[in-house]
Formats: sequence, C-alpha cells, structure tokens
Amino acid sequence: MGAYILRRLFMLIPVLIGMSLITFSIIHLIPGNPAQTILGEQATPQAIEQLEEQLGLNEPYLVQYGKYMAGLVQGDLGTSLRTNSPVTEEIWPFLAATIELTIFAMIFAIIVGVNAGIISAWKQNSIFDYSAMIIALIGVSMPIFWLGLMQQWIFAQELGWLPAFGRNNPRDPIETITHFYLLDTLLQGNMDQFWTALRHLILPGIALGTIPMAIIARMTRSSMLEVLRSDYIRTVEAKGIAQMSVVYRHGFKNAVIPVLTVVGLQTGTLLGGAILTETIFSWPGVGRYVFDAIGNRDYPVIQSGILVIAFMFVMINLIVDLLYSYVDPRIKY
Amino acid sequence: MEKKPVLEVNHLRTHFFTDDGEIPAVDDVSFYINEGEVLGVVGESGCGKSVTSLSIMGLVPNPPGKIVGGDILFRREEAGEEWNIAELPGKELRKIRGNQLSMIFQEPMTSLDPLYKIGFQISEGLRRHFKISKKEGRRKAVEMLELVGIPRPSEVVDEYPHQLSGGMRQRVMIAMAMASDPELLIADEPTTALDVTIQAQILELMKRLNKEKGTAIMMITHDLGVVAEMCDRVVVMYAGKVVEQGDVRTILKNPKHPYTQGLIRSLPKLTGRDERLYSIPGNVPKPGSIKRGCRFAARCPEVFDRCVKEDPELYSLEGEHACRCFLYDPQGGEDHDENRTTAPRHESEEILSD
Ligand SMILES: Nc1ncnc2c1ncn2[C@@H]1O[C@H](COP(=O)(O)OP(=O)(O)OP(=O)(O)O)[C@@H](O)[C@H]1O
Ligand code: SF4
Ligand SMILES: [Mg+2]
Repeated sequence: MGAYILRRLFMLIPVLIGMSLITFSIIHLIPGNPAQTILGEQATPQAIEQLEEQLGLNEPYLVQYGKYMAGLVQGDLGTSLRTNSPVTEEIWPFLAATIELTIFAMIFAIIVGVNAGIISAWKQNSIFDYSAMIIALIGVSMPIFWLGLMQQWIFAQELGWLPAFGRNNPRDPIETITHFYLLDTLLQGNMDQFWTALRHLILPGIALGTIPMAIIARMTRSSMLEVLRSDYIRTVEAKGIAQMSVVYRHGFKNAVIPVLTVVGLQTGTLLGGAILTETIFSWPGVGRYVFDAIGNRDYPVIQSGILVIAFMFVMINLIVDLLYSYVDPRIKY
Repeated sequence: MEKKPVLEVNHLRTHFFTDDGEIPAVDDVSFYINEGEVLGVVGESGCGKSVTSLSIMGLVPNPPGKIVGGDILFRREEAGEEWNIAELPGKELRKIRGNQLSMIFQEPMTSLDPLYKIGFQISEGLRRHFKISKKEGRRKAVEMLELVGIPRPSEVVDEYPHQLSGGMRQRVMIAMAMASDPELLIADEPTTALDVTIQAQILELMKRLNKEKGTAIMMITHDLGVVAEMCDRVVVMYAGKVVEQGDVRTILKNPKHPYTQGLIRSLPKLTGRDERLYSIPGNVPKPGSIKRGCRFAARCPEVFDRCVKEDPELYSLEGEHACRCFLYDPQGGEDHDENRTTAPRHESEEILSD
C-alpha cells in the first residue's frame, strides 16, 4: 500500500505540470498587452512598464515559466496586485473557510444520503423509499440560492434559531491559528466560540450539502439494490447473520464504490468554491476570493486560485482511488 | 432401525408475483427427509428445484416470491424442537439458518462475498450462533478448510474469494455450510458449475460428511448419475410438481412415470455402443402456463385423452413408490400399464453400480 501511494504521488507530477502550464498561460491569453488590460485605458506608459517589470512580462516565456515554477515549488503563489501581499498567505484563510464548510456540508450529505439510500433499497417500494426518493429528486433539482434564502428567512429571520451570515460573531473575533474555526476554538478550549462557529456552519452547510446529499442517496440506493440481489448476500442470509450486518457490513461495503465516486466528485465541486452559496451566506470562502479577484483583474490571484482549486480536485481523486483499493481487494495496486 | 424425518414438506406452494401474473413455481409439493438420509431431487431446468430449496431456507426473494401455502416442518428429534419454517418470523429463522440448517448454492463463483477473507466468511456464522471468539473462529475455519480438502488451509483462510478457483470456492461453500454441524444440508446442484474431476471429488466429500457426521442431505441435481451415486431416496419434479418418488433402486431400475423414464433414457451410456443420445422432445412448460391436465402431456409418448382433461394425482404404488400419472390410477385410466414399466430397464442397470 505504501509503495502504491508513492507511485500514485509520482504519477501526479505530470498532472501538476500540466495544471501549472494552464494557469501560467492565463495571463498570456489576455488579448493585447496584459499590463495595459489589467491597468485599464487610462494607465500611463510608466505604470504599464512598471507592472510589466513586476510581473516579469518582458522576459522570454521560458524564463517566465521557469521562475513561476520555481516559485510554486517553494510554495510561492505570487503577489496580489491589489494588496501587494503574497497570495500564499492571503488565500489561506479563504481556503480554510471553504474547506471547513465543505467538510461540514459533506458530512451532512454523506450521513443523511447514505443512510436514506440504504434504507430505501432495503425497504424497496415502501413509503420511506418513495418519500426519500421524492425528496432526493427535489433535492437535485433545487435552486440552491432559493433554498439558502428560504432557510435564512425561516431559521434566522422568523425563528431566530441560527445565524444567517458569516463564520462567527464579528463582535467576538476568534483568535486564529489554523483558520479552521472549529479546530482553533477547540485548541484554545473556548467552547462558547466553538458553538458559535458551529452554529454558523449549519445553514450554509445544509444549503451546500443538499445537492450532494440527494445525489448520494440516489446512487447509494441503486447500488444497494443491485448488491442486495446478488448471490453472496443470499449466502450471508443463509448463514443466519443479523439483518443489520447483512445490510451494512456486506451490502453497503459492496455497494460503496460508486458512492465513493460521487462523494469525491461532489467534494471537489464544493471545494471549487460555491460562489452563490458563499455570497448568500457572506461566507469568506475561496470562491468569493477568486471571484473578487476577477472583478479586480488581479491576475496572480486568479491564477493561484484556479491552481489551488485544481490541486485539491486532483488530491481528492487520489484519495478516492486509494479508498477503492482499500475497500476492494480485487483492485490491484 | 426406525428413522425419523428431519424435514417434512407438506403441500408447499411458492408463487412468484410478476408482471406476467402469478407463477406457481412450486405447486403443492410434499416430501420428507429422514435423519442422516440423502434425498435426491431431480428434474430438468426450471422445474422448481431451487425455489423449493430456497423455500425451505426461508430465502425466497420477496418480492416477487412468496410461500402462499403449506408447511415446512423442520425437527430436531433429540432436542425435542420443531419449527414450521413457512410461518417462522425472520428473527427466529435466522437462529436456525446457518446453524441446524445449511445450504450450498448452485453458483460457486458468485456465492462468496468478494470483500471478505475466506476465514472470516466461514467463521462469521459460527461466531454468531455459538458466540465463539475471533481466534476460535479462525481455528475452526482452518479445521473446516482442511476437512474439505483444501491445500494449505492456514494460508487460504487469509485469502479472498477471487484468489480461488471455482472448485475451491465450492469447497469453501461446503466448509461454510458444514461448519455448524447442521442437521440438514441442502445442496443445490453443488457440482454443475464445476468440471468433471472436481465434481467427483466434491461428491465424494459430501458423501463422506454424510457418513461421518450423519448430516441429512437434500441433493438437488439433474444428473441421475449423481443420484445413483449418492442418494437413498429420490423425488422427481416436473413443472413445479412432484411426479414420482421412491427409493433410489426403484426409481432408477423401475421408473413408472413417462417423464422419469425419459430422463433415464437420456442418460449417456458408458458401454460405448454408438447410439444417438436420447432426449425428451420439447421443453419444460413455463409454470402456470398449463391450466388443466397433466403438465407433461405435450411431451409424453403415452398421452391419451384423459391426460389433457384432468389433473393426475400422486398415486401410491408398492411401498413408498408413488407416481403422478393416469396410467397408474387404480380406478382406471388405461389398463395397459403392465407393459410400460419395463421399457428402460436395461439402460438403467448400468448406472446402478452397487
Ligand atoms: N425471481 C424469480 N422471479 C420470477 N420467477 C421466478 C424467479 N425465480 C424462479 N422463478 C420461476 O420459478 C421456476 C423454477 O425455477 P427454479 O430456479 O426453481 O428452477 P430449477 O429447477 O432450480 O432449475 P435449474 O436446474 O436451472 O436450477 C422458473 O421457471 C421461474 O419461472
Ligand atoms: S398422465 Fe398422461 S400425459 Fe401425463 S405422464 Fe401420464 S400418460 Fe403422460
Ligand atoms: Mg436451480
């Protein structure tokens, strides 16, 4: 297994190089003079020249790319044009916010989706099955901004149960260590702030987790239906094993691979930054960070944002692949 | 010595409710199996053998299948226990399945869970029924693998099903089914999916387990050679019904039902006279497609007018021998049954080697 992981990591190198080439090219794909475009029509020639200098645009492509790669390898994502601070430092709080929200949303989606799918398949054509699948169908076709707004209206505005905006109470700022608020507050033993941060996660987490939950439920159900009909499940039944073990230990484990695939894809999608959800809930995530950078034509930030998101996507794929071979002994390393 | 039945099936009906209507896959079937006995259940593909055995295990896929009538009485005489499996709630059923009652399935390649090690799969049932430790379970698994003749058992316990051949997997299935030392073992064509040399070994193994442990076996097969080799008594099924039953010598040497006679005639002969292999013309009718009359009428060389008008009963002949055919109706039918009984005799002699 260890050797397999190493080999898989090694195989990532060409993928990462490809990704860096694409993000590198972004700035050169700007029509006309990039510096001119970034600064706008009214820019003085001196300003344009200075920016070209700063971005290294007047050097040969190969040299530019070499420098870019050298920076990336050292974890240097460049400097924001707007704030003049290193993107690596600047992006992290946004990234942490997105990752925290994604993990929360996916935990919700997996727990609800997987169990609903399993029970639906186990009790096929029951009232539970029908209602769960109708809810799942509504879930996949639900416009998320609408769901988010409804949640805010009901649970924040009308009932006042949960906060509707942001990551924490702005009057009681959290001292950050990792920028994962749940982790930071726990590390500091500040339970009040922990609960506040957790409560802030609930509405955006559910809004964000709804589509993945519905997709996971449907996938789990169809995969389980096939597995529960198979000969080896009948063998397990013939051994007199308890129903729960039959369904979860043998049934779900055999049905899990397609479910893992959709979990991976959905996690990747959420990590890419759900701009709409982040906007509705004023969530300071990476989606909005990059979106704002586009508005500001802050190319180094755009490049890095895309690179980081793509990198996480690739890593999630790797993790899913490793999980496949962990679950199924027939999948060769 | 008086033998007591471990299993008594009375008027069992198992139907499937499909889009094409209700299919009576098992239609009023009755038979019994004595302690330590091997009962053969024979018949062509689709005649309801597997559905009968799944009914006994309480494993009929529901939906679409359901036991709609009859009793399945399973007893342990010395413990004074008796269950009616047809009416037993699932929870109770799980206590006897894989414990006093085991089954080997027709499909060795797909009947083991691909994600668990052999040892785990063998000991899983034991650990549930007998509350033994993990370590004890593993020890028992190795012991069972050895018993069924698997080479290097202490390595195979830690292997996965895909690492084993079909014959090995079927041995594992047998080891699994025998591990709990069941009263009754149902073997649904345990060798059809395997090649000939492996077949012989597996049958030998089952015979040995029957003799050594006294396990009663319900041996489902469409191979009369296997019947001759293994069984004490035989039930012949056709289109969801028992058409003939009796002890193995009577059935093979003196079959009465035209269907049984056809089955025996279609056995390949070992003497090598090059005769064309006989096969019963036509196909098994879909269960439920024949509403009235004898199910075999369309293929029967002896068919006469009464056959398509009424349903024949199972008429008793001497001893336990019984046959569902109007030719043997003591109240009439046609009175030329004397000369029917001998037709296939010279051919069946060869398979009864004892
Ligand atoms: N899941 C099912 N749904 C609908 N009908 C079924 C189902 N399983 C079995 N049947 C019906 O029951 C009949 C008997 O099937 P069964 O599997 O018992 O035959 P068999 O005697 O075991 O044949 P084989 O020798 O091929 O194993 C079939 O012809 C089919 O019509
Ligand atoms: S009842 Fe008639 S059709 Fe049926 S087996 Fe006997 S002779 Fe043939
Ligand atoms: Mg069968």
